[in-house]
Amino acid sequence: MSELHNEVSELERKSATAARLFDIRRIIGGLFVVYGIIVTIAGISPSDADLNKAEDININLWTGLAMLALGLFFLGWLWLRPTPPPAEAPEGE
Amino acid sequence: MQSPTQTLAEGLRLPTNGLDYAILAIYFAVVLGIGFAARRSVKTSLDFFLSGRSLPAWVTGLAFVAANLGATEILGMAATGAQYGVAVVHWYWIGAIPAMVFLGLVMMPFYYRSKVRSVPEYLLQRFDKSAHLLSSALFAFAAILIAGVNLYALSIVVEALLGWPQWVAIVVAGFFVLAYITIGGLSSAIYNEVLQFFVILAALIPICVIGLKKVGGWDGLSGSLEKSHGGDFMTAWGGTGIGDANPLGANWLTIILGLGFVLSFGYWTTNFAEVQRALSAKNLSAAQRTPLIAAFPKIFIVFLVMIPGLVAAVLVPKIGTAGSDLTYNDAIPYLMQELLPNGVLGIAVTGLLAAFMAGMAANVSSFNTVFTYDIWAKYVVKDREDGYYLKFGRLITAIGVLASIGTAFIASSFSNIMGYLQTLFSFFNVPMFVVFIIGMFWKRASMKSGVWGLVAGTGAAMVNYFYIYKQGVIDIPTDQGANFVSAIVGFVAGAVVMVAVTLFTAPKPEAELAGLVYGTASPGLEEPPAEGDDAWYRKPALLGWGAIVLAALCYVPYSF
Repeated sequence: MSELHNEVSELERKSATAARLFDIRRIIGGLFVVYGIIVTIAGISPSDADLNKAEDININLWTGLAMLALGLFFLGWLWLRPTPPPAEAPEGE
Repeated sequence: MQSPTQTLAEGLRLPTNGLDYAILAIYFAVVLGIGFAARRSVKTSLDFFLSGRSLPAWVTGLAFVAANLGATEILGMAATGAQYGVAVVHWYWIGAIPAMVFLGLVMMPFYYRSKVRSVPEYLLQRFDKSAHLLSSALFAFAAILIAGVNLYALSIVVEALLGWPQWVAIVVAGFFVLAYITIGGLSSAIYNEVLQFFVILAALIPICVIGLKKVGGWDGLSGSLEKSHGGDFMTAWGGTGIGDANPLGANWLTIILGLGFVLSFGYWTTNFAEVQRALSAKNLSAAQRTPLIAAFPKIFIVFLVMIPGLVAAVLVPKIGTAGSDLTYNDAIPYLMQELLPNGVLGIAVTGLLAAFMAGMAANVSSFNTVFTYDIWAKYVVKDREDGYYLKFGRLITAIGVLASIGTAFIASSFSNIMGYLQTLFSFFNVPMFVVFIIGMFWKRASMKSGVWGLVAGTGAAMVNYFYIYKQGVIDIPTDQGANFVSAIVGFVAGAVVMVAVTLFTAPKPEAELAGLVYGTASPGLEEPPAEGDDAWYRKPALLGWGAIVLAALCYVPYSF
């Protein structure tokens, strides 16, 4: 076994990322729910100028709802499949 | 693979309001928050530089595609679409997918199992110190250069769109990247890339939808472009017969060999800013799936950059010519200004800025790893405890960002020199792939052949481009076409020199090649598959071949 192999394996044993790093799904979910709400509200009563500009598509409403759905998808995924607890013993996870 | 953004036209100022700025401010706060929240996971240098090799495949996969989806890429590929039409798909379907699949299926086992922490470190294990030092130094230098060019491009766009002075944009964006990488390390960079991936989709999809409606749908779009630009403009291969003239200046052979094989494989399989994402995955299966998961969004992203480019070509028929204020690079900013109301406009501005910062962060977070592990720890201050290298890594990250801020300021006064330097550096990538492929599959390739292959390949590509093409010895219609041809020349020269050097120099002892080269025994390197990784949808072969077939099918509607 090479020296590099031992050195990196040793570092992997001491590494704290697996145990301590938060789950990104929470951040994506949170940000997109917030963005979704903001943009949807902007699209609830669009001005004629805005509609005209966007070829009569209420783009704020649709984009807002889509972002909201994406945010809820990530939060739902996190809820259904929570972050697996870090492996402690060899027979765990 | 990325083109620097040239100056944007005047008069592209966006009608942003408080709502748009609120959306932008929330994003910047989240970016910093991710950095601080990731801080507590950084205990060792491996945590800082490679996320402790512990991330799940979908995270590293999306980061893999986002690290390439910088704003220079987005604006540049939309520009390519406006200029060359549907031919821009070559940069994705043939210029990315095969190489990404090859990385995942063939090369990743050697990279990941050998536990190398960077691409140059593989060269050290497989060849010798000279190949290692050469590639480390060039990579570190090029990474800072590209980060600086990215920052400069950002400042031009921000000045045009939002009216901020260039130096403000350079300092603010540089500061945010500095903060979140220095604090949270690669985990923070990767998490921000995943977030940026979704924000940029939310920015581009509305532009495509409204843009298509404005020009009468896809049929209206192709109808008007065929009338104004000719039938070949809406096909992938039209006019690429050998000897035919087409705006790309390349024929099908140079597209397949030069772009699809040499350039693309060199970039996707040996550029550490990409490979690093896969090396931070939690096990071999996840590392293999990283570029494969990335391949699927990559196949479809081309539509999101090509459609705005094509729509802009319809709405501004003179775009990119002397008759118009707008350059090709203005395609997306122009459509943002014309089509998006406040709200979605804020999302689009945020996406664009996020993409600029991610493009810079990918380079900074790979630069600090190579500089610390490959240069500092191997040649300058060796054998210190791990905590020292972690501290040094944070310091060099800060220095790297400051250096790219400096580069951005230099670029703002001497943009021609920067363009020249970028072309120059693109030729160092050319022979990387030939050295890797011969090194991985030919045990006999000697220790010294690595460095000579690199030197010969780079030299030949440069001679071909700067002398044979620029001096007009042979006639190639465009820079783009010459680039493809130079890549092929560099590849062949590198291969010939490696074989020749190998015949006269000593091979590496077989025991030292275990796990690095195809056909070597690597006892103890096998790891048991993780639970759930035997599910059919996690099989690398299925994902990889699925991506190839899908990319080939995508060509069908644009080929006949």
